[in-house]
Parts: sequence; C-alpha cells; structure tokens
Amino acid sequence: METAVNDPILKVRNLRLTIPLGAGSLNAVRGIDFDLQRGETLCIVGESGSGKSLTALSIIDLLGRGIERRADRLEFDGIDLLKAGRSQMRSLRGDRMAMIFQEPMTSLNPAYTIGDQLVEAFRLHRKADRAAARARAVELLEKVGITAAASRLGQYPHQLSGGLRQRVMIAMALMCEPELIIADEPTTALDVTIQAQILHLLAELTREMGVAMILITHDLGVVARVADKVAVMYAGELVETGTAKKVFEAPVHPYTRGLLGCIPVPGRTQRGAPLGAIPGIVPSLISEVSGCAFRSRCAEATEACGAFIPHRVASEGSHSFRCVHESGRKAGAEAGT
Amino acid sequence: MLVFILKRLGLAALVAVTVSAISFSLLFLAGDPATALAGEQATDVDIEAIRRLYGFDRPVLVQYWDWLAKALQGDFGESYYFKLPVADLVLQRLSITMTLGVCGISFALLTAVPLGVIAAIRPNSLIDRLALLLSVMGQAMPSFWFGLMLIVIFSIQLGWLPPSGTKTWVHFIMPTVVLGYYAMPAIMRLTRAGMLEVLASDYIRTARAKGAGEGRVLFKHALRNAIIPVVSLAAVQMGFMLGGSIVVESIFALHGAGYLAWESIGRNDLPTVQALILIFSMFYIVFTFLSDVVNAWLDPRMRAG
Ligand SMILES: Nc1ncnc2c1ncn2[C@@H]1O[C@H](COP(=O)(O)OP(=O)(O)OP(=O)(O)O)[C@@H](O)[C@H]1O
Ligand SMILES: [Mg+2]
Repeated sequence: METAVNDPILKVRNLRLTIPLGAGSLNAVRGIDFDLQRGETLCIVGESGSGKSLTALSIIDLLGRGIERRADRLEFDGIDLLKAGRSQMRSLRGDRMAMIFQEPMTSLNPAYTIGDQLVEAFRLHRKADRAAARARAVELLEKVGITAAASRLGQYPHQLSGGLRQRVMIAMALMCEPELIIADEPTTALDVTIQAQILHLLAELTREMGVAMILITHDLGVVARVADKVAVMYAGELVETGTAKKVFEAPVHPYTRGLLGCIPVPGRTQRGAPLGAIPGIVPSLISEVSGCAFRSRCAEATEACGAFIPHRVASEGSHSFRCVHESGRKAGAEAGT
Repeated sequence: MLVFILKRLGLAALVAVTVSAISFSLLFLAGDPATALAGEQATDVDIEAIRRLYGFDRPVLVQYWDWLAKALQGDFGESYYFKLPVADLVLQRLSITMTLGVCGISFALLTAVPLGVIAAIRPNSLIDRLALLLSVMGQAMPSFWFGLMLIVIFSIQLGWLPPSGTKTWVHFIMPTVVLGYYAMPAIMRLTRAGMLEVLASDYIRTARAKGAGEGRVLFKHALRNAIIPVVSLAAVQMGFMLGGSIVVESIFALHGAGYLAWESIGRNDLPTVQALILIFSMFYIVFTFLSDVVNAWLDPRMRAG
C-alpha cells in the first residue's frame, strides 16, 4: 500500500469495543475517531472507567480474551490492523509499536535480568547478536538517565526502585526505534516526586527520536506541557478532541470544562475555594446509550441532549466536540480570548 | 548464590543432627531395649548381660555419640533379626526403593506438568476437564486398589506385564504408574494454578507487547515462574515416595526399603528401624536442599537467602 510521508501513522475510525458479560454486554468504547501524525503526542484524558486503557490495548491487539473489537478503520502506517493476523501483529509489536504499562513493579519478569529483558525485543525483531543488542541496551539505559548502565544489565527487577524500573520500561520500549509508543498512565504507580520527571523524560525522548505517542494520564498539568493533541474521553466516547492549545484555552464540551475546572490553576483558583468536581455518576454502558452520556451530570442539559449528538467543529479544523449546545461553544470561545 | 548455598548447607546440617538425635532416641522411646532383645523367657541376669553386651548401661549421650560416629562411617550396627550388618541390608533394599522413587516422581512430573500447563492455557476446555477428572481419580483411588486393578488387567487378563518381582525394568512399570499417579494430582493442580496466575500477570503482557511468540511467552516467561512451588512440592513428594512406598512395595512384592521398614517395626528390629529412619530423613533433607538450590536458580529473589 502506498503511504505518503504526511499520512497519519495511526488512523482510527468508529472504534467500538464490547465486553460480553453474563446478561448483556458492556459497550466500553462506543465509536471513537482520531488520527495520530508521525512524531505527534496525543494525550487521552478522562475519568476512570471511560475506556482509555481498552482503547490503547485494542490498537496493539492485547485486549483480554473475549473482548470484541470492531471499527470502520484501524490503520497503522497504512496497515489494516483489523485484518492483520497474529504473526503480523507480533512482528509489529515491540518493533514498530511499543507499549509502556502502568505498573513498573510487576511489568518486568522477576526471573530474568534487566539486560535479558531489554535485549529480548531487539534480538527477536532485528535478529541482532548478543553483543550488539547489549550495546544498544546500554545506550538506551544511558538515554533514560540510568547511571552505571552497563552494570545494571546484570541486575534483577527486584533490585531496582519503581522509578528506575519505569525508566527501564521506557528504554525497553525504545529499543527497536518504534514509530508509535502507547503509554498507559506510566507514572500513576510512582512516587509523586518522580512522576513529572518520568513523564518529561518520556516526552523529551519521543520528541527527540520522532516517535508518535499516545499518552494516557490523569495529570492535566503534564498534558498541558507535553501534548500536541488532546482527546477527552467520557463513557467510551471522545467528547472533545483538538490541539492542546485549543482544548486548554477554549474548551467547549461541558465535561472538558468541568475536568479543567478540577485542577487548581495558580493565580486563578482562589485558596480554599472548592474545586470544580463534577457531581453525579457515569451512566451504565451495558445497554445502548442514546444521546449524550454526560447529560445526567450536565448543568446545561436540555431535551435536545437525548437525541443523536453529531460531531461538531469548533473554531478551527482540528478542534471538534460532541455537544448540541451553542452556549458551550460560546463559553469556550470567550474563555479562550 | 554461593553464599546462599553455604547458608542452606549449614541449615541442612543442623536439621540432620536434630533428626539423628530423634531417630536415636527412638531406641529408648520404644521401651527398654535390653528387655526387648532378651525375649520373653529371659531372667533379670540375662537382661543385665545383654544390657552390658550392647552398651545400654552407658550414659545416653555417650551411646548417641558412639552410634552417630559409627553411622557416619556407614556402620549402623547389626540387625537383631537378620544378624547381618544393617548397612548391607539397607543398601541392598534401598536400590530398589530409589529406582522406584525416581521412576515414580519422573512419571508424575512428566504427566502432571504438561497437563497442568495445557489445562491453564485453555481453562474450562475439554482437556482441562479431563485433567481435573484424572486428578480427582488419582486422589480418590487408594493405591492398593489401583495396583490390584492393574495386576488384574495387565498381568492376569492380558498377560502383558509381570505382577511381581524386580528382575527387569518391565517389573517396574506398574509400580511406577501406581506410585507416580499418587503424586500426580497435587503436582498437576499446582502447575495449573501457578500457570493461570502467572499468565494473568503484568510481565506476561509485557512479553506479549514485545512481540514474543506464544511458545516463548509460555515456556520462557511463564513456566519458569509457575514451576517454583512445584519444585518444592516434588521434593517433598520424592522424599515421601522413598519412605512411604510400603503399600506399592507390598502389592508388587518389591522388597525395597519401605517394605523392610515395615517388617522391621513388626520385629522390633531397632537398629534397622533407626538406620532407615535416619536415611529417609536424610533423603528429605537432601531433596529439600536441592529444591531450594533449584528454586534459587529459577527465582533470583530467593537467592538473598
Ligand atoms: N476484562 C474486562 N472485563 C470486564 N470489564 C472490563 C474489562 N476491562 C475493562 N473493563 C471495563 O471497561 C471499562 C473501561 O475500562 P478501561 O480500563 O479502559 O478504563 P480506563 O479509562 O483506562 O480507566 P482508568 O483511568 O481507571 O485506568 C470499565 O468500566 C471497566 O470496568
Ligand atoms: Mg486504565
């Protein structure tokens, strides 16, 4: 298949993920669309259970048994992932697309040395000899800021701290110079003091190496600094997507605005004032949800919210949202100016 | 790793000394050995003579030291019943028991581990159910009944296998199956449970995310971690098989060490019982030590000791 340089590395159209349960089935992801350009960082934000991890896992084809994946298009560099067989997916994973998980403490195999685990993908995909793979491993450990890199190769995961392990995981993901890295809350399990450090390292390295990244995080402060694009997920849908600048400066969807209100902004939030926590709960996704899933928690909800909610384009092309309210758009536009 | 091995060796030696003291004290727990030896019609004078002859009149610690020093040199005294050196007697019987034990545990491991792995890969599948059925049967069926059934079918009805004796390897087939099948269910369940747990772990997902194939994921990443508790269990079972294969040895008339122990207890042949208990315990100690070493090799976290 012909692919031009400025074609997106990842193209997702109408992605749906369903988990069959005893009685019905859980529509965990309900038709999401996005494009990811080469070298670009997309941050997915949204509350717990909104389907962020499932979306990430579906791209790299590591969904748990039984979870159904459907989409109109799911393409990686022009390769149709929906049609890719197991062995083709295997040859992509760890080579051209890599993943970094949430739990550094348990994501490394306790029985093998850091070195063995670092070189594994490189040797599998590049058919490199041991010496070359180890040299590459040392190079990357140094890149992720690990001192005495060569001597670390012989250490076991239990001998390293959580922060170091996550650095190792990052190095491992970068071994084969992937074109796409998916990082699912890579720092949630870490000490607060090193969270930002690790995220910035990740952002810096992906930028430097020109790797596209999907970063799932709850840390909106980090999103503001590292994201090119932001996708806001709610109840299995992307309710708002756009460049980080647009979404942060002129959020349109009431949920996005609520979410942004949840973080204290130095200077703007007054001390002691309550944060904009969003009251209410997410609707059940077991049956079909009609209309806007956020309307039960939305201050602006009207009758129109029960009908089909189309994608709408905000001020510029790269900023879209799903909300029927014109007021949201205006409020967003005003806040942005 | 070397420090770990030395530490474990020290521990094993300590346990061995304790066990030797216990097996020595058996002599006295069983009543006055001189009276027992002298027989029913003996007079007090006879008993006194025997007491002096065997050295039972000396302080206990001296006797223990004397016994231990000789035992370490392979001298376990003379059997009261056979009037032969216990060491020769035990050695001859032990080779049968060892053969049976090694065959039994190998049979158990070679059937249980693959079955457990397959069952874990496909939980609730037909093979999983079959494996469960096999293990439930293994647990429910008494060894003597299973052994007798095998004899009825393969020796009497079909005439394929000899029902008793130890002359050729063919004689060991049925005893191996009976003994191994006894150990199989626990090993299989532990393998299955371990594999299920490990396969659901984060590092297996990491391995898959690297593009590792199924075989690599299963055998390199999963099995090595899942097998650790199985090693410890197999060591205990191996020790148990050596000492506790009495039933199997009786059914198939394999006159091994287990059978000898059983006979000797009945005959009050204390030196033989003592020696066997000491040797069986030493086996346990050796197997536990070996399993610790194997596990430390499998799991670096255990090397800290
Ligand atoms: N294997 C599974 N079986 C059943 N339900 C699942 C499974 N995996 C995920 N879910 C459900 O799917 C929904 C989306 O899960 P997902 O893990 O993608 O959320 P998330 O956005 O990543 O949340 P978090 O921020 O907590 O990580 C949740 O309601 C979750 O309970
Ligand atoms: Mg998640």
